[in-house]
Amino acid sequence: MTQTLLTLDNVCVKLGHGETAIQPVDRVSLAIQRGETYALLGESGCGKSMTALSILRLLPQPIGRITSGMIHLGDRDLTSLPESEMRRIRGRRISMIFQEPMTSLNPVLTIGQQIAEVLSQHHGMKGRVAQDRVLELLDAVGIPDTRRRFREYPHQLSGGMKQRVMISIALAGEPDLLIADEPTTALDVTIQAQVLELLQRLQQKTRMAILLITHDLGIVAGMADRVAVMYAGQIVEEASRDCFFGNARHPYSRKLFESLPEVHKREHALDTIKGTVPSLDRVFTGCRFVDRCDYAWDLCHSRIPDWNRAEKGHHARCHLLDQSLSVPASVAGVRSDSAIAAAHHSRGERLLQITDLKVHFPIHKGIFKRVAGYVYAVDGVTLSIPRGNTQALVGESGCGKTTVGKGILQLLRPTAGSVRFEDIELTTLKGSQLRKQRSNFQFIFQDPYSSMNPRMMVGDIVEEGMIAQGIGRNRQERRVRVEELFRKVGLSPEHAQRYPHEFSGGQRQRICIARALAVDPRLVICDEPTSALDVSVQAQILNLLKELQNTLGLSYLFITHNLSVVSYLADRVAVMYLGRIVEEGPVAGVLESPLHPYTRALLSAVPVIEADSAREIIRLEGDLPSPSNPPRGCHFHPRCPEAMDVCRTQYPGETRNDDHSVCCFLHQ
Amino acid sequence: MMPVILWTDALIFLLAAVVIVFVIYARSKPHLRAPWYRVFTGRIAAGSVVVLLAFVVTGLLDSVHFRLRLENNGNHNANHYSGEVLSILDVLLGPIRTRVEKTYSAPFATHLFAKETIELDDGTKVRDYPRLHYGGQHLPDSGEGKWQDILQRSLLAISEALLASALILYATAALLGRRTARSAREMVLAIWRRETGLPWRTLLTITTLLLLLFFLVLNLASAFHVLGTDKVGQDVFYLTLKSIRTGLVIGTLTTLIMLPFAIFLGIVAGYARGWIDDVVQYIYTTLNSIPGVLLIAASILMLQVYIGNHPEYFETTVERADIRLLFLCIILGITSWTGLCRLLRGESLKLREAEYIQAAVSFGVAHGKIITRHILPNVMHVVLITVVLDFSGLVLAEAVLSYVGVGVDPTMNSWGNMINSARLEMAREPVVWWSLLSAFLFMFVLVLAANLFADAVRDAFDPRTRAR
Amino acid sequence: MFAYIVRRLLYAIPILIGVNLLTFYLFFVVNSPDDMARMHLGMKRVTPEAIEKWKASHGYDKPLLLNSEAHALDKLTDTIFFEKSLKLFVFDFGYSDDGRDISYDIGQRMMPSLAIAIPSLLIGLMVNITFALLMAFFRGTYIDISGVILCVVLMSISAMFYIIGGQYLLAKLLRLMPISGFDSGLIALKFILLPVVISVVSGIGSGARWYRTFFLEEAGKDYVRTARAKGLSESLVLFRHILRNALIPIVTGVVVLLPLLFMGSLLLESFFAIPGLGSYTIDAINNQDFAIVRVMVFLGSVLYIIGLILVDISYTIVDPRVRLT
Repeated sequence: MTQTLLTLDNVCVKLGHGETAIQPVDRVSLAIQRGETYALLGESGCGKSMTALSILRLLPQPIGRITSGMIHLGDRDLTSLPESEMRRIRGRRISMIFQEPMTSLNPVLTIGQQIAEVLSQHHGMKGRVAQDRVLELLDAVGIPDTRRRFREYPHQLSGGMKQRVMISIALAGEPDLLIADEPTTALDVTIQAQVLELLQRLQQKTRMAILLITHDLGIVAGMADRVAVMYAGQIVEEASRDCFFGNARHPYSRKLFESLPEVHKREHALDTIKGTVPSLDRVFTGCRFVDRCDYAWDLCHSRIPDWNRAEKGHHARCHLLDQSLSVPASVAGVRSDSAIAAAHHSRGERLLQITDLKVHFPIHKGIFKRVAGYVYAVDGVTLSIPRGNTQALVGESGCGKTTVGKGILQLLRPTAGSVRFEDIELTTLKGSQLRKQRSNFQFIFQDPYSSMNPRMMVGDIVEEGMIAQGIGRNRQERRVRVEELFRKVGLSPEHAQRYPHEFSGGQRQRICIARALAVDPRLVICDEPTSALDVSVQAQILNLLKELQNTLGLSYLFITHNLSVVSYLADRVAVMYLGRIVEEGPVAGVLESPLHPYTRALLSAVPVIEADSAREIIRLEGDLPSPSNPPRGCHFHPRCPEAMDVCRTQYPGETRNDDHSVCCFLHQ
Repeated sequence: MMPVILWTDALIFLLAAVVIVFVIYARSKPHLRAPWYRVFTGRIAAGSVVVLLAFVVTGLLDSVHFRLRLENNGNHNANHYSGEVLSILDVLLGPIRTRVEKTYSAPFATHLFAKETIELDDGTKVRDYPRLHYGGQHLPDSGEGKWQDILQRSLLAISEALLASALILYATAALLGRRTARSAREMVLAIWRRETGLPWRTLLTITTLLLLLFFLVLNLASAFHVLGTDKVGQDVFYLTLKSIRTGLVIGTLTTLIMLPFAIFLGIVAGYARGWIDDVVQYIYTTLNSIPGVLLIAASILMLQVYIGNHPEYFETTVERADIRLLFLCIILGITSWTGLCRLLRGESLKLREAEYIQAAVSFGVAHGKIITRHILPNVMHVVLITVVLDFSGLVLAEAVLSYVGVGVDPTMNSWGNMINSARLEMAREPVVWWSLLSAFLFMFVLVLAANLFADAVRDAFDPRTRAR
Repeated sequence: MFAYIVRRLLYAIPILIGVNLLTFYLFFVVNSPDDMARMHLGMKRVTPEAIEKWKASHGYDKPLLLNSEAHALDKLTDTIFFEKSLKLFVFDFGYSDDGRDISYDIGQRMMPSLAIAIPSLLIGLMVNITFALLMAFFRGTYIDISGVILCVVLMSISAMFYIIGGQYLLAKLLRLMPISGFDSGLIALKFILLPVVISVVSGIGSGARWYRTFFLEEAGKDYVRTARAKGLSESLVLFRHILRNALIPIVTGVVVLLPLLFMGSLLLESFFAIPGLGSYTIDAINNQDFAIVRVMVFLGSVLYIIGLILVDISYTIVDPRVRLT
């Protein structure tokens, strides 16, 4: 028996006033049944968070407001409730957890106080009774040592633990609906698996409904009962999970699938969505997706598509599904051409060889700030990158992978070990000698928003490296080259006269790539270059990187936590854990038959679309230990499901099989 | 006429030149133009700018100094110059400056404030309020018809002000209209309905008010002492106007002097870290730990001793007072640069880890270039905000320091000196309130306008307030 | 924590040496003791004998750094630098230029200073926080906006206007309290009242506006949204969540001032004729008594450094995230 818990009926939200006002939520309607998980899927800025906040009437004040529509919880319209009544809904009937567990807890109140607050607010519980209930709740969300945690402050917990505390706060009111706004986006993949599993378990126990807001198709596939896809402030498709993953009907939804990097797409370019999301400050006369759609025809520009049914419980806002319309023949079969030269890499000669690289940061203590210990950020990494190849370096945050990249570039001077670029030892170079070598290797940063000086025009930004490296005899020559580079990365040369803030995230990352290419590097270290971008934009960047490798013969060191990107792009992959590489080999070998238990756990924790019932998720206990005090023996043994006695005392040596190596006693 | 360029004059004109160059530079940079535009579109800020401009113009007029040639008495070979240094403002205010009464007189008074023994024509002596030499001289001795006269003059002033501002309104509208291809009439309506980008209605309203004051003074000050006279009979209005320059000099030159130290040391400390950072931190902690007033007091006392022992270096009293003013600015600068330096050190510590700096390093860009191209432009907003926020505090500080006895030279016109000499008269019965109140009022208007302007600048440039 | 405090105390030594050298340079090198003597005895027509006599009576007749005529260790100790500067480190302040024992005077004048400074600080703090909370509670409304404008107006008024105006209005016109003066014991209360009121009122503008920004900064943070999502009322959110966090910068900002309260307020004490350290300093400046000014500079920096250490300690108390190592 299903029963409708919450309905949104043509809800519109406006932010700001006057001409600059935008409408991030436009006539959104949806219905959530008791006990179900309803996923709201969409890329950043599509209005999914605003929809969630509007349900609780927590829109950012004073600019945000619900302009029309109704929100019914049972038979009460939340939009017309007085504020005092609304407070009895918040935290009691509807709870919410947020994306950033780091900042969502009050730093100066203890965990216990923050949970007990909800109990006293909604259940009038105080003192001992409340404390017992808090301990119960902490236990329910899987926090060990509850009595100690009760008295601790948020900063003493790890990210995953904080999100568990957030969940226990949400559960304290025993709500009917839990709104989870990107609950795992800020967490590592193994921690994400823990939190998602916890949510599922709690839902089974309490029969509460979950409104899950996410951008990750894999999470939707694993969690949701129903799915709604949001685009530019509107829901464009709604279906049950099976219908949606079986046969998504809206062109936008399909594009989302097609732009995902996957191993079987290796030989092709990824499908991308052209153009950018329209700004939401205007009135739409046609379909919002029309400018980016491969199937659009005249009607799509002039008429706003209504809901069209595809099958029972599955509909989309698209004219293609309208039976009463005859779709022009020229449209139906259009398919964007996505052929790209298949990258074919043979193992060329060695370009970069790092041997036993160590980067330690000293910790100062005591009266005279003597060095009392070290953070072993990188602790003996050996890796070689051949010409024209892509070496991936994967691992969770804090494992030291970015430090490896900076250590290679000598942005951080290594404590020990060697970095040889062709025949040149970089670690001993100094000053101008090192400066001369810098054109050979370049870095592409994670965040395209902070990697460009906001005060410089992008043309000057790209030119800066050329000046420093003495490329181009005069300004004229360099300008010509900048224009050429802009074309190469898919931007128009006129863009050179603009400032970074005028570009979207994807365009900025293109400029960063152009900047790196300006000095003719042979090795490019890409540090999570797509993790700040939406999937459709990520696909564009990955295509560009692949194409540039083919035409210019670049080598990449690709640092990432995203295994599907690795499977699509890389030739070889190294898995890092706590400053050391635990497994290294060709992509196919490592990803398909992983040897190290950590690699296996990492792979199994990635949410995937093709739900394979036989797939078993290996749950890792606890968090990454501190790199200042790594565990004795194998660093992984406290979390390893297969740890043996020897693992607790000794660090395993490297076992090599063909060109696939692993550091684990299981394979010795 | 012999021009006299005082030290502070030179620095003021240097500062004015810097500001003009900066304005031209800022117009070409969108990241500077946009926040400035935001500043000027705010009604309160735009209004304060007009008021500040009025102060600045007065101050600049008072910064062109010269000595007049004395009449040659038979000796034709040598030119003799008067020992008195005058400014353009002094010349413009000539009549007010020179019409000195005997002692205190209230605003618009026709008679002195205190009774004196007067010898009448027939030789008898009476104790009465003597007639002023200049104030209300055109009126009969009894002072009859004074208020009617004032009213007449005021009405004239109002009509003149309205006429002038109508002309300005029309000229503005015509100019704006030409840019947008609209008639002046339409533009006037648009200004009235606040449909213009810049808040022209506010700008013109404030201008009208200022014009009104100007014409009132023009009409009334020629016949009366509008703000009374002080102990030695000088016109208080003249003294108050002369004090504007002192306030502005203290508020601006102090920061101008400290800026190079603060910027250089702060950025270098944050960027280089290590022992350089330690040294810079040591310097500013040490300077900061000395209570500001005491450091200023100690330094000014030492300067007094120095000036007292070397009178031969200074040709005129104005020059001596000027050196003391400059030195006061330097000392104030030394005590106030530490705050900005610490801020900049923190900012550049953060910035040196920013990805765009890392990118520049990975291109092998030299350190000096990284500092000038990447760090400096990205900390300028901190500098700007500090400069405008400090201004009003410094103007207020001048008054306090003059009271303590370590401010500007006692012979120099300043609000602090006015307050200091007038506060003793508060004990008189009835109270001599005018010179105290005029000084406070002018200081208040300047500081308030500066504060409001500073708020707008901070809101527009501070990334934290912009995000909100 | 212990190691931290020890380290900070050790770090204070070079700073105090720096202060000492700077004052030594200012007072004895820029102008020689002869200049000072001439100044004190009147600028013109001073006989060299009078100068020597004045110097001898004040202990300024020794060499600056090195006494070549003395024996052994006295070469270093029988100098102006040792007698006048280094002895400050053991709080041996010596005698003022008119022959009074400075340490004794400071001891006498500390209490009146504190009697004004402590109530002003505490009452001011409470008043400012209350106003700031009010504005933060009504943020974005006309109450908030007019509050901010009022604050800007209040802080644009010179402190001296508050004092003179207050004296005139409250003491002279309304005759509510004496204009100035001081007395011992409980009678002091009536003399303290006016300066405290004036000090509080003159601080409201900048204080309340400054604290308001702390409240607003906290109000924009994520945990406040969490608190609202719990169903807490706006006043609970403000008092339990925002206030607790905003108090961290407020409290630490006040703690740095605590030791400096001993120094008293220059303006208030001199206008109200209160025999505290503030008026002591002003008198010294006006009488050009370099000995006292030098001592006060040293004392001020000692107190400032103590304030800095107290700030760090207070952080560990009010902010659970901070631990000193």
